[in-house]
Amino acid sequence: MHRARLGIRPGTWLSIAALFAAALTASPAWAEDPPASSGWGLLNLPVGVTSISKEVYNLHMMAFWVCVVIGILVFAVMIWSIIFHRHSKGAVADVTLVHNTKVEIIWTAIPVLILIAMAIPSARGIVLIGDDAHSQLDIKVTGFQWGWQYTYPGKGVSFVSKLDERSMAASDLDSGISPYSVPHYLRNVDHPLVVPVGTKVRLLITAVDVIHSWWVPDFGIKKDAIPGYVNTSWFEVDADKPGVYRGQCAELCGRGHGYMPIVVDAVSKADFDAWVKKEAAAEKAAAASASSS
Amino acid sequence: MAETPHTEVHAHAEDHDHDHKPHGWRRWVFATNHKDIGTMYLVFSCLMFFTGGAFAMVIRAELFKPGLQVVDAGVFNSLTTMHGLVMIFGAIMPAWVGLANWMIPIQIGAPDMALPRLNNLSFWILPFAFALLLSSWLVPGSAPAGGWTMYPPLTLQFGASFPMLIFAIHMMGISSILGAINVIVTIMNLRAPGMTLLRMPLFVWTWLITSFLLVAVMPVLAGAVTMMLTDHFFGTSFFNAAGGGDPVMFQHIFWFFGHPEVYIMILPGFGVVSEVIPAFSRKPLFGYEAMVYATASIAFLSFIVWAHHMFTVGLPTSALLFFMFATMLIAVPTGVKVFNWTATMWRGSLSFEPPMLFALAFLFLFTIGGFSGLMLAIVPADFQYQDTYFVVAHFHYVLVSGAAFAIMAGVYYWLPKWVGRMYDMRLGKWHFWLSAIFFNVLFFPQHFLGLAGMPRRIPDYAVQFADWNMVSSIGGFAFGLSQLLFPYLIWKCVRSGKPVEGTRAWEGARGLEWELPSPAPYHSWTTPPTEAMIARGAAH
Repeated sequence: MHRARLGIRPGTWLSIAALFAAALTASPAWAEDPPASSGWGLLNLPVGVTSISKEVYNLHMMAFWVCVVIGILVFAVMIWSIIFHRHSKGAVADVTLVHNTKVEIIWTAIPVLILIAMAIPSARGIVLIGDDAHSQLDIKVTGFQWGWQYTYPGKGVSFVSKLDERSMAASDLDSGISPYSVPHYLRNVDHPLVVPVGTKVRLLITAVDVIHSWWVPDFGIKKDAIPGYVNTSWFEVDADKPGVYRGQCAELCGRGHGYMPIVVDAVSKADFDAWVKKEAAAEKAAAASASSS
Repeated sequence: MAETPHTEVHAHAEDHDHDHKPHGWRRWVFATNHKDIGTMYLVFSCLMFFTGGAFAMVIRAELFKPGLQVVDAGVFNSLTTMHGLVMIFGAIMPAWVGLANWMIPIQIGAPDMALPRLNNLSFWILPFAFALLLSSWLVPGSAPAGGWTMYPPLTLQFGASFPMLIFAIHMMGISSILGAINVIVTIMNLRAPGMTLLRMPLFVWTWLITSFLLVAVMPVLAGAVTMMLTDHFFGTSFFNAAGGGDPVMFQHIFWFFGHPEVYIMILPGFGVVSEVIPAFSRKPLFGYEAMVYATASIAFLSFIVWAHHMFTVGLPTSALLFFMFATMLIAVPTGVKVFNWTATMWRGSLSFEPPMLFALAFLFLFTIGGFSGLMLAIVPADFQYQDTYFVVAHFHYVLVSGAAFAIMAGVYYWLPKWVGRMYDMRLGKWHFWLSAIFFNVLFFPQHFLGLAGMPRRIPDYAVQFADWNMVSSIGGFAFGLSQLLFPYLIWKCVRSGKPVEGTRAWEGARGLEWELPSPAPYHSWTTPPTEAMIARGAAH
């Protein structure tokens, strides 16, 4: 019959495997924040800037490493068979090796135990994310085709946040404008959401037309915006991590699904209070001039 | 029609003359022979595979670079929607029915399926269903663009294509339900004497269980899409919040179908791999009964995990906990199967013809898809993965290197039995290596893209996603092109392959199909197999 020979000695295979294992374990890229500017280096979830995002990252890495270890063990057995139990090398099949109840029980029970060990911290994570009580700031988020409306109840602030002009222009079919020439192409808006750091912010999320989803990876949260529902989600940006954080709509909502990003500007509490006053005044003035004209 | 009793090994070419088999177009349009119907399903599924594949090539061409270069955003959404619908309902599911039709009667020692005319109807519904669906590209508003998952309210925004989509789904559903009934009745009633349930090949077992899943959940899909139809045309408000309805209820109903659906697409693959690996390890399947029970467990569990597709809709904490635990639990019987296949190889005598190559690639790559599935089960982490390319990577690992590679393994394994000729082994290995390598180039980087923050179903992306998208697209073009080798190889085999000597094309192959001549006679097992034949073929 057909002989498939590889002609590589077992010792060489073992060296290759050892090198691979060394590269994998030696690489620090998995444990630290990847350099955000480089596309090739973007391989993993962000650790993020909230307690939720860090908990999520840890759960993700735990699950990942469990899978890697199990994978290495199982694939090692398969690869061993592929190399050493070959017909072309004269291996003779052991046709008595056909069932073993004890082994079936063991390789059922051990995975169950591993899963229980994984489920416990995961369940804690669910409870943490679900605890949106005692928020210090509530913001209503309304998804529409295609952008987000943000309302700060009781503060007189309400505005629409849409894809910025430059991204919009460059994104047309055959626009002739290079996406690389647009800062934060497809991830920039005309009017970002502003929140204070070190403050528990609760979002009240809904939609007016179809289902959308509000997602900021650095916050570790995602929640669908559904007409007829008010979903809640909470986050607290670490006090020492002010900055601009970007996300996208994460539920297919029509032609503009890829064109309704989210930009959050996390600022100090003092800056936030100042911004609210300014914003409320600006909106009042705009409303007055609109009604008088 | 007159039947001459035959002794053991003589289901011979003479049959063709006694047959009064119709010729020309009538043979196919009025087919009641399971082999002819199986062939039609397989040819149809191959056509649909290339249709869905063509849509994917345009998708990857658009995603090759940031910016829009090929299609506008609306057309892109139609492409992703139609790619999913065609691949799931047109390529994978009909391919499995084709393999079922060809192999189940032969493997249980039956002369044909129990309900041959129903079998004919089940097939012929499909070309009409897909003509309807595919012609939606031409109507005002173009093809449906709400995703293959068809969530309202979005899906209700698409004009003339909407009723075409719903009726096509209904037709496909009826075809599947009737086919599944046929499989159950055939297996329960037409097994040859001595072919007890626990002596059946695992391919037959997995199809028996799959049929129960189909009968249970295809009507649920029909219900979901009918409610959307009445919402749109008859003023009901099942899913319309303004009328007192609930968009999330659609998701619950859809995924109650949708999760068992993905097991419908993979369980027969488990069956094929459970035949191929023992054959090419020259060793019986390890743990036959455990494999049957594991398959049944997976099927049962598949009914109670549906909401893991909906973790971000705003489920209460208790629901999140339940569905997370149930979903994680599916890893147990699935792992048992992977361990049993590995144990089958262990201390076997392995050779690496194309069926085995595809089965081994399945074993490695489906397992990787299973790992990303386990990660997706972890609810807090899923909040980051949901609706990103991480999910896209996961389901393509389980559906392409899982289901599709298993289909190819089955075709490469059984083609000599169907055609009576051996195919070009070198070409088969080229097809395998190109597929296996470029599949990974295409889909592995999508894990990175999802983790880095790229949502799914978007035609354009921020520039930090450009590098891996380019790699993925190159993989896509190469993978797509290399699939052309497959129908070419089959056609070349039929035209000019070397005739197979004897009944057993593969040294280690076991099963009743290998007791028949190659090609298998038009009517096989008109006389039931003997106990000796069944014992020789018994899986354990």
